[in-house]
Amino acid sequence: MKHILSQVFHSGKFVVGFCIFMSILLLMIFYPIFNPGNPLQIVSIGTFAEPGIYVSVYDAVDSDMNTLKLDEAPAKRLDSVLKSEDRVKMVMWFDAAGIPVDNLSIHDTEALLTLWEENYDATIRPEGMTKADRNYFQRLDGNLKKVIVTHDKVLARQDPSSSELSVIRTIEDTDYVNIKKVANVKRLPLGTDNFGRDVLKELAAAIKTSIFIGLVAGSIATLIGLTFGLLSGFIGGLVDDFIMFITNIFTVIPAFVLLILISYSIGQDQRGPTTVAVVIGLTVWTWTARAVRSQVISLRNRDHVNLSKLSGHNLFLIIFTDILPYIASYVIMALILQISGAILAEAQLSLLGLGPKTTEVPTLGLMMNWSMLYTAHLNGYWWAYFPVILTIALISFSLNLMNTGLDQVFNPTLRD
Amino acid sequence: MSGYRKYFGKKILWFTITFVVAVLLNFILPRLMPGDPVAVITAKSAQGMSEASAVKEVYEHYAEEFGVNDPMFKQFITYFKNALKGDFGLSFSQYPRKVSDIISDAIWWTIALQLPAIIVGWLIGNTLGALAAYIRKGFDKAVMPVALFLSSLPPFGMAVLLLVLFAIKLDIAPTSGGYGYDMIPNFSWTFIKSVISHYQLPFWSIVIFATGGQAIGMRSMSIYELNADYVKYSRFLGIKDRTIVGYVFRNAMLPQITGLALSLGTMIGGALVAEIIFSYPGLGTTLLSGITMSDYPLLSATTLIITFMVLITTFAIDIIYGFIDPRVKAAQFDE
Repeated sequence: MKHILSQVFHSGKFVVGFCIFMSILLLMIFYPIFNPGNPLQIVSIGTFAEPGIYVSVYDAVDSDMNTLKLDEAPAKRLDSVLKSEDRVKMVMWFDAAGIPVDNLSIHDTEALLTLWEENYDATIRPEGMTKADRNYFQRLDGNLKKVIVTHDKVLARQDPSSSELSVIRTIEDTDYVNIKKVANVKRLPLGTDNFGRDVLKELAAAIKTSIFIGLVAGSIATLIGLTFGLLSGFIGGLVDDFIMFITNIFTVIPAFVLLILISYSIGQDQRGPTTVAVVIGLTVWTWTARAVRSQVISLRNRDHVNLSKLSGHNLFLIIFTDILPYIASYVIMALILQISGAILAEAQLSLLGLGPKTTEVPTLGLMMNWSMLYTAHLNGYWWAYFPVILTIALISFSLNLMNTGLDQVFNPTLRD
Repeated sequence: MSGYRKYFGKKILWFTITFVVAVLLNFILPRLMPGDPVAVITAKSAQGMSEASAVKEVYEHYAEEFGVNDPMFKQFITYFKNALKGDFGLSFSQYPRKVSDIISDAIWWTIALQLPAIIVGWLIGNTLGALAAYIRKGFDKAVMPVALFLSSLPPFGMAVLLLVLFAIKLDIAPTSGGYGYDMIPNFSWTFIKSVISHYQLPFWSIVIFATGGQAIGMRSMSIYELNADYVKYSRFLGIKDRTIVGYVFRNAMLPQITGLALSLGTMIGGALVAEIIFSYPGLGTTLLSGITMSDYPLLSATTLIITFMVLITTFAIDIIYGFIDPRVKAAQFDE
């Protein structure tokens, strides 16, 4: 056993796959510890908040402020409202309004702004410019005015009875707050999803459910496949004919179709993760049965098996001591493939709207389904779908890689 | 020729049995569903009726209409006969369209998309796998992990990534549909051009997905064959490397053909989900609308048609296999 393990861990492919899989497991285990709470809790109002660090403005204005004199601050402030496409649009406005722009570089911010300030007039209606365009320039002008001239901002409190405003403090453009001093700072490394739930927290929980589904479905499929394969291969005769009859039929009828029909028949209310896992397990065992059967047939007439038979050992003893140890590595590889297949099957079922009940647990497929229903991919909300695709791909990739590594260890012909 | 006849006869028998079982499953599974569908329909149309006997009459009327009073066996015969005639009843969600009309609209889109895509993916995958096995070294080291990663990417994931990259970021392909939304299908040049541009992304996402798995399978098969005794013997005899490679690939190819037949169901399933991402007007989208609209006749007919497509293709592969595998041929003539 120890020898086999050391051999397995010498295979580069296995080690890489193992490391990827372990890091996914670590994320699944440790993220909820650092960030406890219900993964389905809605934290933001509105859909798809961008990834980042959210600082409570309410708390920030009450925190102690430091004055920092930073030279680059005004330029940064300007950059945040004046993107390069805005600069191009400004030049287009000058062109349309007939203002000469010789030697004006769009990177020369100062010249651009002076020219803009001198010439921009919201009442001018250059020819060929749509109303939407004119509105855009008005908005841009407003934003620019806000940052070019630095007014102090005044913070006021409203008296609930008289609605009168009383000044609390003035905020200058050089006031800074240490993020550590702000009482409420929320880190959303992957933003929020369409319901306003923390995507990373949900992802960690979804990985857990999906791996659970994979394990349950994979174990069921492997167990059925192994039992059928062993009986069919070892006993032969009528039992073999019967099992192979069933296996052949279910190999040709796509498991995908059976999954859809069964899941649909079960109905939305009955579909928990366990039910879905069992259904997947019950439909995908066929190729394991076929593979195990062919392995067993090649073992059936080996000398040690015949010796066992002659010694009068019963069927189960022979299977457990003389057959199973020889195909154990093979069965483990089949199990790994079944697990990754089941995770994918759940995701596809969920995309068809036949996944586990949505309100109870997150799964990778359900996250994908919701982000597609809210067209996250068409609107550039990459954080809602890309991490999910990547996670499914990495889980499946790492399992396949481990499988290939094992294959090379146990099938010397494939070794490099 | 009698050997072939026997081989085909056996395959046709298998095909028929599997088909009957598929129809049977399609018939039985939904009927195992908890709850009484007739009661649901009755409850809908009998809303507001207070008299119990009137409700009962409505229920009996519907039960008669849908034939649920007949014994199961008789129901199945009716179902099977109608299915063979292509009569799947009326769609609930697109009433009063016939289910068979909806499917006959969708099926050609799916066939035209998936058949070429799977064949192209299979060819590219096998070539890459064979090359990786033959060249080994650097090429193998690069191709293997990439192929493994591509085959690990779920087909819908591939579809989403291609969609975001080419249709949204680069804006060189349309995002959804089978043709421009402002067009009516006809044989004009603009329409064909629109169809072709809408075809690209779904097509390549299926090709890439099919390529990865095939490349890995072909690589292992080829390595296995390259180490076989007959290769060593041929080398020993001084047969040219090229000729040997020909032998090897022919032998490695055969299991790949069976492999294609076995993985066809999974591939088509994945490709159907990829269709949904592009709202391609094929069976995948039909399937989704059947599910979301609770349109049972549509869903059941679509799954039956998909099963039938997989069965036919598997059958065709079996027949082709019978012609090209010398061992099958030999076995037939020995008998």
